[in-house]
Amino acid sequence: METLELEMKKTAENKVENISGSEAVLKALIEESVTTVFGYPGGAIMPIYDALFDYDGHLNHILVRHEQGAIHAAQGYARTSGDVGVVFATSGPGATNLVTGLADAQIDSTPVVAITGQVFAHLLGTDAFQETDVINITTPVTKWNYQVTDATEIPAVLAKAFYIAKSGRPGPVLIDITKNAQLQKFDYKGYEKCTHIRSYRPKPIIRKTFVEEAAKLINEAKKPFVIFGQGVILGRAEQEFKAFIEKGGLPAAWTVLGLSALETDHPLNVGMLGMHGNYGPNVLTNECDVLIAVGMRFDDRVTGRLDKYAKQAKVIHLDIDPAEIDKNVKTTVPVWGDCKETLPMLTALIEEKQHTDWLKRFNQYTKEEVELVINKEMHPDAAEMTMAEVIDSLNELTRGEAVIVTDVGQHQMIACRYAKFVRSKSNVTSGGLGTMGFALPAAIGAKYGAPDRTVVAIIGDGGFQMTLQELGTIMQFGAEVKMLILNNNFLGMVRQWQELFHSRRYSFVDIQSPDFVTIAKGYGITGRSVNARKELKAALKEMLDHKGSYLLEVMVGKENNVFPMVPQGCSVSEIRLK
Amino acid sequence: MKQEYTITVYTENQVGLLNRIAIIFTRRKINIDSLNTSPSEVESVHRFTIVINETEEVVRKLCRQIEKQVEVLKAYYNTNEEIVWQELALYKVPTEIIAEEVKVERLLREHGAKAVVIRKDYTVFEVAGHREETDNLIKVLEPYGLIEFVRSARVAIIKDSAGFHLKLKEFEAADPGEDAAENEFLNRQEEVFTM
Repeated sequence: METLELEMKKTAENKVENISGSEAVLKALIEESVTTVFGYPGGAIMPIYDALFDYDGHLNHILVRHEQGAIHAAQGYARTSGDVGVVFATSGPGATNLVTGLADAQIDSTPVVAITGQVFAHLLGTDAFQETDVINITTPVTKWNYQVTDATEIPAVLAKAFYIAKSGRPGPVLIDITKNAQLQKFDYKGYEKCTHIRSYRPKPIIRKTFVEEAAKLINEAKKPFVIFGQGVILGRAEQEFKAFIEKGGLPAAWTVLGLSALETDHPLNVGMLGMHGNYGPNVLTNECDVLIAVGMRFDDRVTGRLDKYAKQAKVIHLDIDPAEIDKNVKTTVPVWGDCKETLPMLTALIEEKQHTDWLKRFNQYTKEEVELVINKEMHPDAAEMTMAEVIDSLNELTRGEAVIVTDVGQHQMIACRYAKFVRSKSNVTSGGLGTMGFALPAAIGAKYGAPDRTVVAIIGDGGFQMTLQELGTIMQFGAEVKMLILNNNFLGMVRQWQELFHSRRYSFVDIQSPDFVTIAKGYGITGRSVNARKELKAALKEMLDHKGSYLLEVMVGKENNVFPMVPQGCSVSEIRLK
Repeated sequence: MKQEYTITVYTENQVGLLNRIAIIFTRRKINIDSLNTSPSEVESVHRFTIVINETEEVVRKLCRQIEKQVEVLKAYYNTNEEIVWQELALYKVPTEIIAEEVKVERLLREHGAKAVVIRKDYTVFEVAGHREETDNLIKVLEPYGLIEFVRSARVAIIKDSAGFHLKLKEFEAADPGEDAAENEFLNRQEEVFTM
């Protein structure tokens, strides 16, 4: 350790130093203030791992159990910390195992830098052992990727990688480094952060005329409606966003990824959009006169049938990515730019208003939804527990302070609908790609990204079995993750669709689970399973109070459905309450 | 309405960029009719010329996706009226036939064909022109024993373009002008943002 510090000092004194490509990689990470790396070693990345041996104490390397776990952990880390998540993997299978996570990070705009080892440059294209064409495989699922075959490129390429991953609309970057480049010694002249690439414009310039036009539309609106996505969180513009809607008295609804940007109980927060979103926001999308989209991309799960989506409304779209403007929904006024800058400009121009009657409309729909859906979910007549009542009990205990990580399926929709949040960067879920198996490794990463916060991973019985090997990571490195398995003994969301749209032909959704508590025990993790309502609160409290990670399995109703629901191919106003 | 559009993309010269651009089309199952890469008027800047048959809306979206790529400087799209373009075609025919048939000689002259190679056994002609022109000559030569035919991708010059020299300067500046910072098409608000 001391020798390393000494060496670092030496570097500062005499500028040029002869180091290996591997060391240059690690120096780059230190320069980029990376503290945690998730990874798995292998043949083609061994020189980097060899160099890492000397960086113990400077870089915290978490050895996962599968590379998919590494990248989901890096995503979780990025989502709670707001920093870039970093992954190491070897060539061939190590790299291909990252693909799902890269695709997930790409569609959910998560800043990740993945570094993969590659066979020696002279073996490229020879079908060498563990050689795979990682650059071509990952091109569609990365914001940028690059293969390094010469160590001298490493400092500049990594500087570029971090700059690209986190600037503008963030995304995953993969750097593939051949083994010879990792081993190659070269004269290292220090690290320079990248701040400009001539062919890359992370932030479009804001045009004042469009901001003014947008403000005019908002000021003239009788029924303005704001819909917000993760752009608010990625742009760190939560305060600016709140100031905007508060001044204009604008009702605001969130997409799944925008969740937690605005506290759940804010009087202007009217709920969730989309397929399993709330009644009001969906129906009233087709009634508002001005629709103001902030940092969201009109995903099909949000819009439902496009040709019947908000056709009556003038649309203002705030986005940092010009390619999103007009991609799915035609915009009346595009306000492209960083919403951290555009929102205050808009706020300054809009009139202070309250749309009391319009807001009441949302509340009426909420009332109806509470009566017809939510009450039954929260206080069911049946002996079987519902997922919603578990989340509700969890809210009472966490008071919205916890980071909630969810997997994919019914439990995800229920958690997004009912979990309460008081802080931003608190909802970590696989939104765009819908990756089952995301939650457990993402929760591990989320904990490293927000070490002072309680992290609860809510997972279904299906998804948990996809990546449960990461219990080993928890065992070895002690990430304090509270795992809450909502077990309905079914692949619930698929079953729900089979029930509603495939005449109850339950084709391969009846999934058997192992004894999760025993499995956890095998990894030295305390756990408990409950199937009676009266035990629920005490069990949740035990989970949260327990020092260390904990697995709580809650048996819930086998054939419960998530409602409301906008069936696929239907308009948002055709939302079903049952 | 679908029609032929020529997309001109100015890029950095990097391995893998061709694939990054190509998959923007293949992912949407759009067939590329012709694709050419070449140097541009600016040293170190490459120029892709891509021809597709699509509606303007689709082409506009494709251009935005192309511009989103880190190494792409700019993407333009134009209709055939807005460009000057050429394709080069080569025809290999048996020398004995064309040497004897006067009619063939006249046909070749009519089509502006130029002999590139003349050998005892065969002759290679080249014709530069639009698709119809080069296609026509295939039909004409077929009865005379056309041995081989090949046509290049389209190369095109945008009539209303001042070249890329000045633009590049803007791109190189850390604090660019509006034009460099944004998608060209978004400048034409009236045309683009119609409800």
